[in-house]
Amino acid sequence: MDISTRELKRVNVVTVGGRVDSAAAPDLEKTFQGLIDGHRHQIVVELADVEYMSSAGLRALVSALKAAKKGGGDLLIARPSTRVREVIELAGLTSVFAMHDDLVEAVGSF
Amino acid sequence: MVDERTLTAPGRFESLAQISDFITQVARDAGFDEDGVFHVQMAVDEACSNVIEHAYGQVSGDIVLTCGVDEAGDLRIDIRDSGTRFDPDSVPLPQVEVGKVDLDDLNIGGLGLFFIRKLMDEVTFRFDAESGNHLTMVKRRPH
Repeated sequence: MDISTRELKRVNVVTVGGRVDSAAAPDLEKTFQGLIDGHRHQIVVELADVEYMSSAGLRALVSALKAAKKGGGDLLIARPSTRVREVIELAGLTSVFAMHDDLVEAVGSF
Repeated sequence: MVDERTLTAPGRFESLAQISDFITQVARDAGFDEDGVFHVQMAVDEACSNVIEHAYGQVSGDIVLTCGVDEAGDLRIDIRDSGTRFDPDSVPLPQVEVGKVDLDDLNIGGLGLFFIRKLMDEVTFRFDAESGNHLTMVKRRPH
């Protein structure tokens, strides 16, 4: 899994690529936890290059979404890959995540 | 079974990528399209993650995958481990299945098993005191 973060004025963008399985999910959780601990609750997760996401990856996204909302912010998904979209649909979580096909639009929605 | 192949890997999260490469090749060779390959890969990854997390939570051991195509052309995957006995009935259904998607109460534990059952055509768990947990999954032949 590749992961990078960018801090914009009001939003943090977390860009993830590769395989997000049970081996990788703890790193993703740590990244989100770092943002939440730093009171950065407005998060956009860019998932265009994710080839695979398991339930462990999805759990990391759901806990970060809960934490972001608790802190008065939100977590949005930008540019989900076909596989990410499929996994979210399979889990019945499409109504839980706001998904944007455009990164700028996602960032601008805050 | 035709073209039976076996992979033995340590029951650790670091093995998941190797297991994924193995099962991807098996499913491609069995004639599945990319969606079918993805579904098989996902079911196996979730199953092996459960083994590593639960069966091998306290003890260590190997995961043994045996795969092949049966007479009907269906892909059969057998996953064995020698860890703690796994009881699928003890896993709660994720709330998504019972239609409760309220973020405050959302608890998506059990999602791995939910995916396995959705993605594969047959899923059977059994336990044998000598050989441990056996999970057999079948994905019907692609048409």
